[in-house]
Amino acid sequence: MAPFLLIALLLVYLFTLNSFKAKKMGHPAEVEVLSKALSGIGVDEKSLVSILTKSHHEHKRSIRRGCSQFFFEDERQFERWNDDAIKTLKGEFKRFKDAVVLSLMHPWERDARLLKKALKKGPQQYGVIVEIACTRSSEQLLGARKAYHSLFERSIEEDLAAHIKGSERKLLVALVSAYRYEGPKVKEDTAKSEAKALLNAIKNADKRRLIEDEEVIRILTTRSKPHLKEVYEQYKKISGKSITEDFEAELFLKETIECLCTPHTYFTKVFDTALRVDANEDAKKALTRLITTQEAGNFKGVSAKFAHKIEERVKGAYKDVLLGVLARGEMNGQV
Amino acid sequence: MATLTVPATIPSVNEDCEQLRKAFSGWGTNEGLIIAILGHRNAEQRKLIRQTYAETYGEDLLKALDKELSDDFERVVLVWTLDPAERDAFLANEATKRWTSSNQVLMEIACTRSANQLLHARQAYHARYKKSLEEDVAHHTTGDFRKLLLPLVCSYRYEGDEVNMTLAKSEAKLLHEKISNKAYNDDDLIRVLATRSKAQINATLNRYKNEYGNDLNKDLKADPKDEFLALLRATVKCLVRPESYFEKVLRLAINRRGTDEGALTRVVTTRAEVDLKIIADEYQRRNSVPLDRAIAKDTHGDYEKMLLALAGHVEA
Repeated sequence: MAPFLLIALLLVYLFTLNSFKAKKMGHPAEVEVLSKALSGIGVDEKSLVSILTKSHHEHKRSIRRGCSQFFFEDERQFERWNDDAIKTLKGEFKRFKDAVVLSLMHPWERDARLLKKALKKGPQQYGVIVEIACTRSSEQLLGARKAYHSLFERSIEEDLAAHIKGSERKLLVALVSAYRYEGPKVKEDTAKSEAKALLNAIKNADKRRLIEDEEVIRILTTRSKPHLKEVYEQYKKISGKSITEDFEAELFLKETIECLCTPHTYFTKVFDTALRVDANEDAKKALTRLITTQEAGNFKGVSAKFAHKIEERVKGAYKDVLLGVLARGEMNGQV
Repeated sequence: MATLTVPATIPSVNEDCEQLRKAFSGWGTNEGLIIAILGHRNAEQRKLIRQTYAETYGEDLLKALDKELSDDFERVVLVWTLDPAERDAFLANEATKRWTSSNQVLMEIACTRSANQLLHARQAYHARYKKSLEEDVAHHTTGDFRKLLLPLVCSYRYEGDEVNMTLAKSEAKLLHEKISNKAYNDDDLIRVLATRSKAQINATLNRYKNEYGNDLNKDLKADPKDEFLALLRATVKCLVRPESYFEKVLRLAINRRGTDEGALTRVVTTRAEVDLKIIADEYQRRNSVPLDRAIAKDTHGDYEKMLLALAGHVEA
């Protein structure tokens, strides 16, 4: 009699424990939906609306108990929001707003503000300066300089020159000051000799100073894009490798060449980095920057290549913007 | 203030073109007529004349002038007839070529023009020479001169009056340090001159004088033979006192044994529609003789007549 009672009690105990546990874990389906809606790039507004409108007090409590990445047990016995999580969420909710504001902004104002921000943030953001200076047309870059005057009552070159202290100063100031010729005319002889000059610079330079080499800077910051593309080809002929490979050690030089000669490679790289699971905030911000500032035609093939990742990682209204911009790009190559 | 005088009522563009055509026809050339017309038309009017002439006679007016005229007279008429942006592009391009190279001219154009005028010159350069001004300057200059000239021609300075006095103080200090150490080609020294707005540079120079007693340019006179220092001094002058700079160029061009027609032509044609009057006043103040009299004394013939027309000289 007693063992049966014990077993029965044990079973009852285990059963209540289980259901108690279940209550503690929250309804697994909802927890999953919430987690999914709030992780990745952007937020899934639709799912969130449905969870919020359909959940009552009990639901929400069980959600809090089930989402350990957002909530933790406070010492005074209540489930508390994780401050870091709120911060991250802020960023993700903001993504769509940034896309809207940036998209509607005049391209000149946009570039001027992006340049200022990049300068303020410091060396890890200087790549944005390279990107803007090298991927805009001469007139667009000029427009950004004009807008900079209006917005900040200084010239972009004086701010860059005064605030950048490192060896990349010469390169960056020269890049934003360029007003490149845009015609197709290219002198093959000059391109050949300049490819040789670059090869020499690489062979002879103590790698750290390559970014300060007079000839390298002269060629990269004054020649026209068609000319540089020719230099790129000539370089491959005489050295067997691409300039981008040989500039691997100097990030800013590498990105300069990429943006000027093979922009598609650069953009694909930015997309790839932004869509990785371990992408940091800067990488994700780059996505917004690209889709709102580039002519969609530069992204041909990107949507196909990254379709799966976009589906997985990007959410909600932000995803709609991304896919929409890419689709239009595939169609007619112009924003 | 400009010295160019345009009559209150002028003939129609077609009449001007007809007259110019007449001036070329026959055995000689009627230089007087050319001076009377082109020497008294502003940039817009000259542009219209060139357009209409080309449409009417199927020939570029400048080519016709090139055929008919020669020497200094031809050059002054040719350079004058171009519109300001094209003219700057033409002079800059010349200044990068081996036999006519001149760091001074490049600096002069980069520093005495407004930000937008320099920009238009760069645009005209693209159109005319199928390359950028900066790639030519970079390619044809070296060392310290390139270090200074390249950022100067690439600058697009802020043009407002706002001045930051704290910045003026710290940059005056920086300049003083570099100059005391004779580091004339220092990156930061060049940075200040090549990127700051003209108003800011002026404030910095005032601050410099207040703090350290001397004008910046006086402290840059350490070695009178050093060409780079001379260019640096001229740069500073062009940025804050262009009329004083131009006065000196004219003084050296006219009073020398012989005349530097290149410089004379350049200053008169590039400033006649801008501030030649102010420069002429400076000239008289400094040399005790009116500019037009000095020009008349030192030049002759049609060249003289054209210069005088542009300088606003009125026959007594």
